[in-house]
Amino acid sequence: MNHSAPIIIVGAGHAGGRAALALREQGYAGPLLLIGDEPHLPYERPALSKQLLLDSQPAAACHIGSAEQYLTLAIERLAGVRVAAIQPQSRRIRLHDGRELDYQQLLLATGGRARQASLPGADLAGVQLLRTLDDAAALRPRLQAGQRLVVVGGGFIGLEVAASARQLGCAVTVLEAGDRLAARALPPLISAKLLALHHSRGVEVRLGCQIAAFRGDGSVNAVELADGELLACDTVLVGIGIQPNTELAAAAGLAVGNGIRVDARLRTSDAHIYAVGDACEFPCPVSGQPQRLETWRNAEEQGRHVARSLLGAADAYAALPWFWSDQFDHSLQLAGQLQAAANCVTRALPDDGLLLFYLDAAERLQGACGWGAGNSIARDIKLAELLIRSGKPLPTAALADPASSLKSLLKGVASV
Amino acid sequence: MSHWIAACDVDDIEQEDVLRFDHAGRTYAIYRAPDDQFYATAGTCTHEKVHLADGLVMDHIIECPKHNGRFDYRSGKALGAPVCVNLQTYPVKLEAGRVWIALADA
Ligand SMILES: Cc1cc2nc3c(=O)[nH]c(=O)nc-3n(C[C@H](O)[C@H](O)[C@H](O)COP(=O)(O)OP(=O)(O)OC[C@H]3O[C@@H](n4cnc5c(N)ncnc54)[C@H](O)[C@@H]3O)c2cc1C
Ligand code: FES
Repeated sequence: MNHSAPIIIVGAGHAGGRAALALREQGYAGPLLLIGDEPHLPYERPALSKQLLLDSQPAAACHIGSAEQYLTLAIERLAGVRVAAIQPQSRRIRLHDGRELDYQQLLLATGGRARQASLPGADLAGVQLLRTLDDAAALRPRLQAGQRLVVVGGGFIGLEVAASARQLGCAVTVLEAGDRLAARALPPLISAKLLALHHSRGVEVRLGCQIAAFRGDGSVNAVELADGELLACDTVLVGIGIQPNTELAAAAGLAVGNGIRVDARLRTSDAHIYAVGDACEFPCPVSGQPQRLETWRNAEEQGRHVARSLLGAADAYAALPWFWSDQFDHSLQLAGQLQAAANCVTRALPDDGLLLFYLDAAERLQGACGWGAGNSIARDIKLAELLIRSGKPLPTAALADPASSLKSLLKGVASV
Repeated sequence: MSHWIAACDVDDIEQEDVLRFDHAGRTYAIYRAPDDQFYATAGTCTHEKVHLADGLVMDHIIECPKHNGRFDYRSGKALGAPVCVNLQTYPVKLEAGRVWIALADA
């Protein structure tokens, strides 16, 4: 074993970049190496389907840290380099070019890759995926006013791109196999709001839609549906979810379920290897059940938490799940857990906004979901998070009443 | 040099709350602390251009509505990732029931 070997982070995305910076913030002064197969600095991905398409925002605005910062902090970066294998027994990794490097501890922050549709024609030019800055750069010039875009998949990425493309003047059709939008993550009431918004802005949404193939001669020019109908288009965006990058871990013999298995400290089945972000499956702080999240906050908070774990801290990762999505001039936010709630309380807000509160049998808040114009529901969702953390029973009538302030509820709870 | 601009009435903001104020093409956030002191900062987060007035004020902290970036609105200090750049702050005075902020002359 080599004591002067670095902590190596595999995957220079959101969680990997955040972990590297956090290790230095936490006082780790030893050697630190961040390896990523993308040519870029670590960056945040949410803008790829939103501001980056809409405003042609410069990629640098998404970066986590600057090149100078990594230099100053003595965080060595290998960009455009792929890790090919891990040898846990000798604590060594092999790079794609055959080079071998020893590690003292290893962090896997390998994220996920956009899933490609397994349909004839998926390899045609113009059938796009969206996960990376390079994907966004390839998609952006295709979204000129008047272009026809077909989005495959009515999940968040698909709907956000649909909204951006529509705002850019494209003709947009969203094809979703299920009977409502973003069904995996959202309650039916919010799916309905999303559908209404997209319809009202001129996006054609087809639910229960089966696709047979992508058609074209070198370049895609139509999507063929199962019933034979042809939808002419210039570009297809496939947004049907991601595949977590777990192969490296699995090949090294680490425990892998729906993600790289980690314990509450984010350590894998190997004592010197940790995992974070979209790639890992960690115990839910509430139920203890393994869960894998694909959200900005999860990458951010796990990146920070694992820095402390790598340096010996014993505490469990306990952040509440939270995410947002922005579409047109609306946003939604979701905090906590919605599944397994005994009761759901609805609060209607002005301007067609909506807050949903999910309570357990003892009327303690488990989760909340909000929908509204701009960031109008952000404050209430933050207060809902604090109410969830309080763990106290709440009066459902007050939750349902738009005139009753969540902040005073929280203060009431705090003083009980 | 700077000049004073009336941003709002004292009663426009509740205790431990924030109000957006737009002036001359820029946006500001005016705060009323739990101890009834008033403060003013730049109106948008330093992480992305998001209006802080949609965020949550707790004690002397404003939490951004988007990614929970937190600032001490008295000093403008950014309190940790994802925000690392401090907020610009502005002097505030109360006069004739109104809240005034001092803006640098253009
Ligand atoms: C278009 C888009 C919009 C999004 N919008 C939102 C949103 O609005 N709200 C929200 O909460 N979340 C959003 N997300 C999700 C969020 O961005 C992710 O959850 C987050 O990026 C996960 O971070 P990560 O570090 O786990 O993975 P990533 O950021 O994907 O980083 C993993 C990195 O590891 C690299 N890598 C993998 N294997 C290897 C290897 N063997 N060797 C070297 N490098 C490797 C990958 O190339 C990648 O660069 C969005 C995601 C996308 C793609
Ligand atoms: S925009 Fe304020 S924290 Fe991100």
